[in-house]
Amino acid sequence: MQWMTTISVWMIPLIICFILIYGTLKKIPTYEAFVEGGKEGISMSFSIIPFLVGMLVAISIFRASGALDFIVQFLKPLLEMFHVPAEILPLAIIRPISGTAALGMTSDLISVHGPDSFIGRLAATIQGSTDTTFYVLTVYFGAVGIKKMGDAVKVGLLADLVGIIAAIIVVTLVFGTK
Amino acid sequence: MVNYIWVGMTVIGVVFAMINGTMDQVNAALFKSATEAVTLCLGLMSILVFWLGLMKIAQDSGLLDKLSGLFRPIIGRLFPEVPPNHPAMGYILSNMMANLFGLGNAATPLGIKAMEQLKELNGGKTSVSRSMITFLAINTSSITLIPTTVIAIRMTYESKAPTDIVFPTIIATAISAVAAVAIDRYFYFKRTRNGVK
Repeated sequence: MQWMTTISVWMIPLIICFILIYGTLKKIPTYEAFVEGGKEGISMSFSIIPFLVGMLVAISIFRASGALDFIVQFLKPLLEMFHVPAEILPLAIIRPISGTAALGMTSDLISVHGPDSFIGRLAATIQGSTDTTFYVLTVYFGAVGIKKMGDAVKVGLLADLVGIIAAIIVVTLVFGTK
Repeated sequence: MVNYIWVGMTVIGVVFAMINGTMDQVNAALFKSATEAVTLCLGLMSILVFWLGLMKIAQDSGLLDKLSGLFRPIIGRLFPEVPPNHPAMGYILSNMMANLFGLGNAATPLGIKAMEQLKELNGGKTSVSRSMITFLAINTSSITLIPTTVIAIRMTYESKAPTDIVFPTIIATAISAVAAVAIDRYFYFKRTRNGVK
């Protein structure tokens, strides 16, 4: 599966080139537009600091006390039947509920297990490939005053489950379970 | 719900530390992780500034609009109840493009606009319509081209190839999007079979 890694590495630089060339051909003040858009990134990264501090501290207490290991040991035999590392379970549970909380868990898993480990890559893929169902649900339906949500919750959560299973299978196939 | 999980993790952790005798480790971890969280956000800033700057060029040059035009025929099939030239379609497409390029902040207002239009199409009722569920399903499976924040975290922790998860992420997200549409269709047919639309 070396070619997948090659595509991954080539894609971003090529997209960057394409956007820049397209902007130039359309006679856009590229550099000024870049600077203007970039400013938004500063406020965005500052605004997530409290979310990450809160979540990472809670996770670290949970982990350092030994409570996380306890639960992981408890669930390991069950999840190992499906080749799922138990460490990933808290992330899978929180991903549809809160995006920033999941971001905290993802970075925690990456820092503890290493970015190039199986768990690290799996966490990264899960974080990147699914979205916060409850956030989308509350914000989108809330903003326009939809009260009866019907099957929307079920559909969203089932799609998340499929996404997480897909992430596990794809990461196992591409990188192996090291 | 997040509130309970957050408090739960902390309280259970502390109680567990009392029993387990790991209070020292908890103290050390507490302050270390707070510092780490701030460092992480500063690491995220670099890539967010770069990517959002780049996306501004794509937006201003009309590249994103052009892409939504390209996807219009495919997406139109997913929303049979939305007339092709209805403004709802335009908002749905721009929302999906913004998500595709990781512009979460730009995607949200567009998504709300799309929902407003869909509600109007549904006669302004406060109950959910078929198209709304489809739109939500596609949105939660989040079709992303470049998972920027994840790449930034991997960079911060010194991954050898921070971007090597890009393609697996795209595959996983594509599978979940297809599944989302299939699940949505399944529930729709189940509803119509039971006579409640």
